Amino acid sequence: MQTIYTDVLVIGAGLAGERAAIEAATAGHSTICLSIVPARRSHSSAAQGGMQAGLGNSCMGDGDCPDVHFEDTVKGSDWGCDQEVARLFAERAPIEMRQLAHWGVPWNRVVPGKSTYFKGGQQFEKVEKEENAGLITSRAFGGTAKWRTCYVSDGTGHAVLFTVDNVCAQHGVEVHDKTEAISLIHDGETCFGVVARSLRTGELITYIAKATMVASGGFGRIYPNTTNAVICDGSAHTAVLDTGIVPMGNMEAVQFHPTGIVPTDILVTEGCRGDGGTLLDVNEERFMHTYEPEKAELASRDVVSRWMTHHMREGFGVKSSYGDHLWLDIRHLGEKHITGKLREVYEICTGFLGIDPIHQLIPVRPTQHYSMGGVRTNKDGAAYGLKGLFAAGEAACWDMHGFNRLGGNSLAETVVAGGIVGRKIVEYMEGTEVLFNSRIIDETYAAQKQRIDDLVSGRKGTESVYKVRADMQQALHKGANIFRTQEGLEECVDALQKVLERARTVGLRTNGKGASPELAAALKLEGQVKMALMVAYGALQRTESRGSHNREDFPARNDRDWLVRTLAYWKNPDDMLPTLQYEPATQVTEIPPGDRGYGKMAVISSDDSKGKEG
Amino acid sequence: MSRLLKFNIFRYNPQDETSVPHMDEFVLEETEALTLFIALNRIREEQDASLQFDFCCRAGICGACGMVINGRPGLACHTKTRDLPGEITLLPLPVFKLVGDLSVDTGTWFREMYHKTESWIHTTKVFDENALEDRMDNEVAENIYELDRCIECGCCVSACGTARLREDFMGAVALNRIGRFLIDPRDQRTERDYYEIIGNDEGIFGCMGLLACEDVCPKHLPLQNQLGFLRRKMGITAIKTLFRK
Repeated sequence: MQTIYTDVLVIGAGLAGERAAIEAATAGHSTICLSIVPARRSHSSAAQGGMQAGLGNSCMGDGDCPDVHFEDTVKGSDWGCDQEVARLFAERAPIEMRQLAHWGVPWNRVVPGKSTYFKGGQQFEKVEKEENAGLITSRAFGGTAKWRTCYVSDGTGHAVLFTVDNVCAQHGVEVHDKTEAISLIHDGETCFGVVARSLRTGELITYIAKATMVASGGFGRIYPNTTNAVICDGSAHTAVLDTGIVPMGNMEAVQFHPTGIVPTDILVTEGCRGDGGTLLDVNEERFMHTYEPEKAELASRDVVSRWMTHHMREGFGVKSSYGDHLWLDIRHLGEKHITGKLREVYEICTGFLGIDPIHQLIPVRPTQHYSMGGVRTNKDGAAYGLKGLFAAGEAACWDMHGFNRLGGNSLAETVVAGGIVGRKIVEYMEGTEVLFNSRIIDETYAAQKQRIDDLVSGRKGTESVYKVRADMQQALHKGANIFRTQEGLEECVDALQKVLERARTVGLRTNGKGASPELAAALKLEGQVKMALMVAYGALQRTESRGSHNREDFPARNDRDWLVRTLAYWKNPDDMLPTLQYEPATQVTEIPPGDRGYGKMAVISSDDSKGKEG
Repeated sequence: MSRLLKFNIFRYNPQDETSVPHMDEFVLEETEALTLFIALNRIREEQDASLQFDFCCRAGICGACGMVINGRPGLACHTKTRDLPGEITLLPLPVFKLVGDLSVDTGTWFREMYHKTESWIHTTKVFDENALEDRMDNEVAENIYELDRCIECGCCVSACGTARLREDFMGAVALNRIGRFLIDPRDQRTERDYYEIIGNDEGIFGCMGLLACEDVCPKHLPLQNQLGFLRRKMGITAIKTLFRK
């Protein structure tokens, strides 16, 4: 058994993890990031659009500030967020953008003078101020009062990740890539690190650390159709939920992005609509403005995705051999804009669809995109239930997004939360003594070894990992999608429980030697089905509609009974359902629940007398 | 009637003592808009679960899936089978250490490259939380991003004649990285400093000018111009140094 000691261990080498690692390393702590892939292939790199920060440099963002950003974020979350956390985030975001500029991010900058832009298919003029020349500029995104999204062409995540990884290399942060954490090591009170598996050799490696951080991104791959990279499969989450004592927050809050392309589900950025692109139906007519007169295509993602699905149900979808879809039209933005500021979109359309977006329409439909839920932490990023365990970024439920996150807020969250939580980890390191218990380390290692032996030998059964995984994905797709009902969710939970039983009897087809992709998939499968059950069962219990969680049988947002966050535990490994608990959505309320200004729906106010049990 | 595609795929699992390097043949029926991403996953899930390959974003953004496709390095995820003949030969990228089958270890190679080129902004300035950001002309930012678009897939290195001949050659990707910092006003390194890194046969003077790097770059980076620019710049630096002595 190879054992590696480090002060700080980060699971994941995307933006959140590496940003925190920089804080730890520059404070003098040895820091290792584990990553399934080389750091720069992390899914942060695929984020195209940008990062929201209330800098207010561009003329269309004039008067912007953290207060306005905070308000947009709370409304966007449909009052599901922790307002204290949203406030922390909004205040810190502008500083973080400047920090990134200092480190080398080539942000697009304000160009003074007249220029044109599009909104709702029509052309307008704007004049950028001379005194702001060369400051970080911004573009429009959905659900925002101002143009607030800082960007680098449409490769923002890529450019920022390359910069942050450069800084990691500079400060001696080690990245152990092709290494996957498969279990946490803990004694029920404190986390001691992880047992990981090398995806080069298949060898198990024990990492012992004073502080462990989960920054492994989202888990969209438990759905069959997702914009997420294939690595976003929630494997680190499965290790966390396996502890039985660390809860997942709001797992039912799943975001569907309006513009996944058909087929292949690859994302084209919200920047397309932010820059003036429109959505068209089968008659090649705009429709969003009839549903959302104010924001039209730029309402929040949950609202746009819902109306798109509604519009297709009404018979206005375009028929194709891959199912119904709608069109995204960016033709009027012109060749220079499309091959410049939307270059990645241009390459995706020409490369994967054989469509030239300068002259042709892009087939799109709402596609699973983001997990608002994740490892529940407090505002310092410390996970509930275990000392020495932290989480940040999409992997965490910190929770600034509540039931819907705004475009540009997650990429910004990665670096803002990464910085904040990184500094909290440094504080924790300085005030904490950790006693490592070698018995527990050995036992965890042995248990993982046993798990692998069972899968390789087929002792528990011979189910195919790929078949079971596909059935899990289909069940979730069918029952826990954009529109949800009691009947559909009950069916979904039922189907997933059957899948769970089969997941426990998986056996490999191969000998499992070396990196073994089949073994890697099998090791996380049971945990993934448990996560799927957390999504479906949480959604079944939540008898209201809020943000992305839309119950057709409970269409009103219910602030009287459901202004709460779901905490899902998997208490015993053999349980067939998660144990759900609830906590208030926020301790601090700066903005009481009200109207979002888009996505009009009925609201049961907290003043309404009838209580939950009444 | 759709085609039956024949895949010849390199197989070797270094961790399995019974494995010997060889080619395996798989047959797959071609479907509409089939890419190598979909094809390889289907082969693994339906025919041989031991097949190793790397995909990540599957959208041409992350660079994970570089491999040699019918003799040419490229990204598998955005390669459509309709652009290929009925017989498709897939090999792992050369230069990088083999993990197994089509999977190679690019991570180790690239982290070494970051240290060789000191791939970060060198500045004596300290970040001030309370100050406005330093201003930058938007055109300068766009020019930096143009070179920052590299996805480190390794295709340019795999296609490079020099890199195949000598292990220590830095390759177009590293030279492009130097070019990126050279035009960044935030980096205080001088031409002399860059010369120390690439002014030799491992760097810009090792390039034979075959330019396969630009031909295979999936992001269409202007590598030919970059290499020409750096060669001139470093040549001039060398002459200046000579006369100073």
